[in-house]
Amino acid sequence: MLAYAPWSDEAAQESLRTLPAAERLILPALQRIQQVFGWVPDEAVDVVAAELNVSRAEVVGVLTYYHDLRQSPPPDVHVQVCVAEACQSVGSREFVNDLEAAYGVALGERLDGVELSKVYCLGNCALGPAAMVDGHLIGRCDVERIRDAVALAQEVRT
Amino acid sequence: MMRIFVPRDSAARSVGADEVAAAIEAGMRDRGLDAEVVRNGSRGMLWLEPLVEVETAAGRVGYGPVTLRDVAGLLDAGLAEGAEHALSLGLVEQIDWLASQQRVTFARVGIIDPLDLDDYRETGGLRGLARAVSIPQEEVVADVLASGLRGRGGAGFPAGIKWRTVLEAEGDQKYVCCNADEGDSGTFADRMLMEGDPFTLLEGMAIAGIATGATQGLIYVRSEYPDAIATLRTAIDIAHVDGWLGEDVIGSGRAFDIRVVEGAGSYVCGEETAMLESLEGKRGMVRPKPPIPALEGLFGKPTLVNNVLTLAAVPGIIADGAAAYQALGMDRSRGTQVFQLAGNIARGGIVELAFGVTLGELVEGYGGGTLSGRPLRAVQVGGPLGAYLPADTLDVPMDYEALAAAGGLLGHGGIVAFDDSVDMAAQARFAMEFCAVESCGKCTPCRVGSTRGVEVIDRITAGVDRERNLVLLEDLCTTMTDGSLCAMGGLTPLPVRSALAHFPEDFHRTPEVTS
Repeated sequence: MLAYAPWSDEAAQESLRTLPAAERLILPALQRIQQVFGWVPDEAVDVVAAELNVSRAEVVGVLTYYHDLRQSPPPDVHVQVCVAEACQSVGSREFVNDLEAAYGVALGERLDGVELSKVYCLGNCALGPAAMVDGHLIGRCDVERIRDAVALAQEVRT
Repeated sequence: MMRIFVPRDSAARSVGADEVAAAIEAGMRDRGLDAEVVRNGSRGMLWLEPLVEVETAAGRVGYGPVTLRDVAGLLDAGLAEGAEHALSLGLVEQIDWLASQQRVTFARVGIIDPLDLDDYRETGGLRGLARAVSIPQEEVVADVLASGLRGRGGAGFPAGIKWRTVLEAEGDQKYVCCNADEGDSGTFADRMLMEGDPFTLLEGMAIAGIATGATQGLIYVRSEYPDAIATLRTAIDIAHVDGWLGEDVIGSGRAFDIRVVEGAGSYVCGEETAMLESLEGKRGMVRPKPPIPALEGLFGKPTLVNNVLTLAAVPGIIADGAAAYQALGMDRSRGTQVFQLAGNIARGGIVELAFGVTLGELVEGYGGGTLSGRPLRAVQVGGPLGAYLPADTLDVPMDYEALAAAGGLLGHGGIVAFDDSVDMAAQARFAMEFCAVESCGKCTPCRVGSTRGVEVIDRITAGVDRERNLVLLEDLCTTMTDGSLCAMGGLTPLPVRSALAHFPEDFHRTPEVTS
């Protein structure tokens, strides 16, 4: 994961002005904000609304609809664990329990910069249980493989 | 130069393909051997990944699954010459699992370098587009209609009728939108095609644009597929430079361009009208139909919405004629279906066959039964909104109508196997829970009913007023089925009811007493 820019209204406005014309829409604007700053702070709602000439309500509506959009700062490392049917059939429920115990947090929480969250399908359904660590897909998961991937991701960051 | 193939498919990478490719390159260098490591797509034999192939005079010899620890030994044994080794699979084309398939849509996947346009042309690429620009639009549409091609996203609507509607629609701007929001658990064919043969999809979309008069194409890809997004974007750039996307498609004087739009984590955005809302940058909420998207779709303009596999089947149909495609299949399901074997299965992956193969031939034959080795108990066909079928009903032929008659749905062709450790009441509960999380909220039966469904199933399994709650659950399922605009609320009852019908014992267990 890359280092993110510190928030400023000016930087946010600038990032939106470089959006191609076809992407001057609420969702791509919020995705751009998150790409630049790592998350979508409250202040961004006003910037996006003003920049696209839409109401705050419309922006908040989109912001709160999509699972990917963050309303709080991102973790150092993001571990997404598949909890959908194909992975369930090869023991993802037990795997999630093991992972939660190993990291001392439940899905949806974070500790020491590592966030665990659930995801419904990563398209790796013949090699489950599947997980994604900072965008890297991992198959046939166990706690050790996740630990290795998290360590690698932390190394990349530093 | 000798070529060694190590897949770049994200499933192969998820079990170490990148590390294996790097080790082979380094090992070859150390041994003074000269070879090019090509990163191909996956052959779809996912239990053998990473599957390494070496080009020999006799054909491509395979080894797999190759781990990092195996590489040195493989090189010492003579990997470069295709020598024998404990991991040898022989000539890949002769592996029965693969050789017995009818690879049409997936003809190139795993064979070519996905981003090498020469590879694409040498294997028949761009012939369809060349023909499409040289004949009247009506003729292209007539070919799609005659092929019998039906929408592969799940609904199975005849593609040609949709194409004709968009062609005949009035509009100053028309769009082709490819639905690549492959959210069903147990499905990964769209992803593998986008990563393994992206030009086929782009060509199919360009043909669709030429045929319907659309000049802009959009591919809506879920954010969970970062590798597919990157591959598609690179492929689009390459096609631009080569002159078959852009202002003047292969010298025809007609324009067609494509861009990739990344989703933001929403299952419902795989429903076509919700996808259109999302493409407009809004909340991914379902629209009532009519108006149908073919007449009033993206930004209110005529829009052709097709799934990845539907569009990817088109170049072959236009290049080789509708008859060859139409000759495959059974009854009203023509051509091939890309089945995806997933879950607790010994040999999971891509099986492309003409419609009509039975579920048992897929799960027991190709799949080799469960991965765990325990008895198969249930199979879920068609994703989270598909039915759970018991292990003793696997003689059902896989086509749209036969599966519907058996109480299931084909959906996007995903097949998830479960062994006898599965708790079907938990699976029914999950179906409701998933619906509660992913409902767009438009229809009350879906938005509220799913949460009530979780609660009712919890009461049933806890043994609270069980008989009355079973009646209530049935009533709730009817309300959701009848009162929801789209398949999210309308079909969530399908896995729930099928679990209840086929596995009632799981709902009638004596509750565990927790102390």
